[in-house]
Amino acid sequence: MAQTVAAVRGGTRPSLMAAPEGRRARQVLGERVLLGLLAASSLVAILTTVGIALSLLFETLRFLDAVPLFDFLFGLNWSPQIAIREDQVGSSGAFGVIPLLVGTGLIAAVAMTVAGPLGLLSAIYLAEYASPRARSFAKPILEILAGIPTVVYGFFAVLVVAPFVRDSSEAVGFEVSSESALAAGVVMGVMIVPIVSSIADDVISAVPQSLREGAYGLGATKSETVRDIVLPAALPGIGGALLLGVSRAIGETMIVVMAAGLSAHLTVNPLQAVTTVTVQMVALLTGDQEFDSPKTLAAFALGLLLFIATLILNLIALMLVRRYRERYD
Amino acid sequence: MDMSPSTIRPKLTARGVNVFYDDAHALKQVDLDIRAHEVTALIGPSGCGKSTFLRCLNRMNDLIDICRVDGDIRLDGEDIYDPAVDLVYLRARIGMVFQKPNPFPKSIHDNVAYGPKIHGLARSRAEMDEIVASSLERAGLWEEVKDRLDAPATGLSGGQQQRLCIARAIAVRPEVILMDEPCSSLDPIATARIEALMDELKQNFTIVIVTHSMQQAARVSQRTAFFHLGDLVEVGDTDTVFTQPVDPRTESYISGRIG
Ligand SMILES: Nc1ncnc2c1ncn2[C@@H]1O[C@H](COP(=O)(O)OP(=O)(O)OP(=O)(O)O)[C@@H](O)[C@H]1O
Ligand SMILES: [Mg+2]
Repeated sequence: MAQTVAAVRGGTRPSLMAAPEGRRARQVLGERVLLGLLAASSLVAILTTVGIALSLLFETLRFLDAVPLFDFLFGLNWSPQIAIREDQVGSSGAFGVIPLLVGTGLIAAVAMTVAGPLGLLSAIYLAEYASPRARSFAKPILEILAGIPTVVYGFFAVLVVAPFVRDSSEAVGFEVSSESALAAGVVMGVMIVPIVSSIADDVISAVPQSLREGAYGLGATKSETVRDIVLPAALPGIGGALLLGVSRAIGETMIVVMAAGLSAHLTVNPLQAVTTVTVQMVALLTGDQEFDSPKTLAAFALGLLLFIATLILNLIALMLVRRYRERYD
Repeated sequence: MDMSPSTIRPKLTARGVNVFYDDAHALKQVDLDIRAHEVTALIGPSGCGKSTFLRCLNRMNDLIDICRVDGDIRLDGEDIYDPAVDLVYLRARIGMVFQKPNPFPKSIHDNVAYGPKIHGLARSRAEMDEIVASSLERAGLWEEVKDRLDAPATGLSGGQQQRLCIARAIAVRPEVILMDEPCSSLDPIATARIEALMDELKQNFTIVIVTHSMQQAARVSQRTAFFHLGDLVEVGDTDTVFTQPVDPRTESYISGRIG
């Protein structure tokens, strides 16, 4: 480069092939090595993901040799424990996944009932109302919330929220188990608030200022502008933020392992103990297990199910957020 | 500085207006009268404060935290910076059209209906439809969109969007319409339509337009104000400013030497 400039200043244009041979070869080699390194790294990441997906798939196929797909997907009864001892009656166990899906859905619903409104309202506050100073306080605090290990949330669910739910429900005469979908869901909701709020905040902030000015220019008040113009404009992206929250809720493990319970009740009563897909995967694989019984293989089937569900949710969410960004760039 | 005959009472008066962005002095001691039912053009090189002045007139600068406005601006003799002024009402009387068309992500109908709706100008659906239709008519857009009022406004062409934004401003029945380079993102044909429109609209409204095109200023305006580095250098009848400018800075700008 320096050569070129000098040559131009000197008045003669250098040839495009002016670089000395050796230097050029070194450059090309350097580029190649770097390129190879970068490509190899991404290849490792991609292959690992594919490998995991494939192993999930193969183990699931083995599981489906033992348990029919229909019984797995639509069975109303989940009791894999029966299969532990071969001499027992009904040693085949019951692998109907519906109770787990209902439990997962119930907890996710409770979580989103908390995280949806809290996350959105705090995003609206941060994006539209907060002074730069308030924003510089609140943002980092929300980020810290997002960085707390989920086992701490689980602790909190078991030691504080679950007893509170039990005591207060009993005080008004409800029958409550010590582990409840409500306690786990509420705590999970608090965990998800920062995820929803930070994405929704980005999305709302990305609504062009010109739209706000258009509304103010017509005499709209601040709240009219936010309600009638900004939020409708940000709606698809906000939908994406909520879906990512849901995806996080159904994949969350630690909180539910600690606070939700193990018994697969088929219920939509949030005061009862329910169990989730993730909790059952943990239960199926902890302890000494043979890795070819339907019981352990079931964990892979559950994993695949979860993988597919969160993948679809994430894809839809990202599509919404991205499509929305394109519209305003 | 202002050469308006005392018989014409100005619609808007600005006296001793100074604007600061933090410490930057963007407008210096500006005195300017805007006459009713005329088009007043604000011209000058980029960064001279045209938009800043325009945004003082409907207090749009209130939205910018670091912006401070001093001085006295009156609409029909009423101080618009009086603390008792209701911004909602002020902006209903002084509408604005922006540089880039900014239709709301709503239907064509709802874009125009939004202003009347928040100001409660229509008592029934039929009345609202009437306001929407007549505003689109006056903005010269009705024929093109009357069959697709429920289609999203973002599907219109740039020129159509800008006329929609004009219709949206008109629908609130303002007295003054401020336009900040309304044609800068439009092709010559769309520009010609908007210029023709301005000529018509000035019968009912007072118009202030910021423009970078001196031909446009000459074509559409009756009065022209030339800004330079935050100073209002010269204001007068458009013909006079363009043919016999008083200040040498105006002269060199319109002959293309600064800008
Ligand atoms: N939001 C803002 N924050 C800080 N400074 C600003 C802001 N808006 C304008 N300014 C400054 O005020 C001065 C006048 O800007 P203004 O936008 O009024 O110029 P203009 O004449 O409209 O220019 P243009 O023709 O490029 O639109 C400029 O120096 C600009 O940098
Ligand atoms: Mg400007």
